Amino acid sequence: MVLAASTATSTTTTVVFWILAIVSVAAALGMILAPRAVHCAVLLAVVMLSLAVLYATAGAPFLAAVQIIVYTGAVLMLFLFVLMIVGVSAADSLRETIRGQRLAAGLAAIGFLVLLSLIIGHAAIGPASGAQAIYGAGNVQRIATLIFTRYFFPFEVTSALLITAALGAMVLAHRERTRPKPTQRELSVLRIASGRPAPLTGPGTYARHNAVDFPALLPDGTPAAVSVSPVIAQRPGAPEAVDEALREAGGVLPSGPGGSGVPGSTAHPDGEDTSGNGREGPRS
Amino acid sequence: MNPGNFVALAVILFVIGAVGVLVRRNAMVIFMCVELMLNAVNLAFVAFARMHGQVDGQVVAFFVMVVAAAEVVVGLAILVAIFRTRRSASVDDANLLKY
Repeated sequence: MVLAASTATSTTTTVVFWILAIVSVAAALGMILAPRAVHCAVLLAVVMLSLAVLYATAGAPFLAAVQIIVYTGAVLMLFLFVLMIVGVSAADSLRETIRGQRLAAGLAAIGFLVLLSLIIGHAAIGPASGAQAIYGAGNVQRIATLIFTRYFFPFEVTSALLITAALGAMVLAHRERTRPKPTQRELSVLRIASGRPAPLTGPGTYARHNAVDFPALLPDGTPAAVSVSPVIAQRPGAPEAVDEALREAGGVLPSGPGGSGVPGSTAHPDGEDTSGNGREGPRS
Repeated sequence: MNPGNFVALAVILFVIGAVGVLVRRNAMVIFMCVELMLNAVNLAFVAFARMHGQVDGQVVAFFVMVVAAAEVVVGLAILVAIFRTRRSASVDDANLLKY
């Protein structure tokens, strides 16, 4: 009876391992092939969750929980936040700038893989130890005992490392203000001087339908191209929508050539002003 | 389940991460590939802990996770600082020390 139960458990573990191995390797390959960084982050989340389940099946329930909480929860969310700051729409160009870099990287990877495979092949990796007792309910207690006895000094050093990292992140992310903060009066003067004192019209206002890529109609019936966000106007399908609106209204664009001629940078005068603050560094 | 399979999977994931570091040019993606390599090493540690029937390997994997979290925080702060001055996250554009 006991033998049958343990065989069933072993079969389940094997099936789970092979499924997760295929999923994680495929997600990792997709991660290095996907041009957009957001897709890479999502695929990395898949890999990390697969590894968490593998930890759970390999008798490390504490590490599985930490993997989900720290890696998938904290680290990947930090990645996504920074991606939103750095610019989520910027796709990595897959054109290689150094000639033969891909080929060299592939050859180095194959050599590395062969090297590691040889090392593993020579190492005596035995079957799983029979000491199952330490992997059951006492896993967390065993880890805690080890951390606070044998690994106590590294654990304390870890706290110093974390404090240093937090301080370093604060110092690196801090930005000195090189010009005085614009007052409300100066901002309003700038707004009047920019020629467009009123806020921009939202897309789709008074138009045939209220999609975000559909320009609003001005009081005289002409479509307002500035009401469409420049990010959306650059998308593949958007210029057709703008053209369609133009044809429908029988008008012409107020400014800029073609359907995608949306003057995005001049649309937000105060946004332009604040982004100019970061220009103290570049030398070239 | 044989721990050797876990180690083999760890090797494959590590090599994929290394290729990503070599090939990609977006600094964010390079960071993600480094994280993938750290995760692969963690998997190997867990497999060895399983093989020896002791939890020392799991403790080391725990420390690796802590160090990786600190590394990500500082690295992303550097990335944001670079992006703020150079308006790019590509490692090709951070070339002030090149010549």
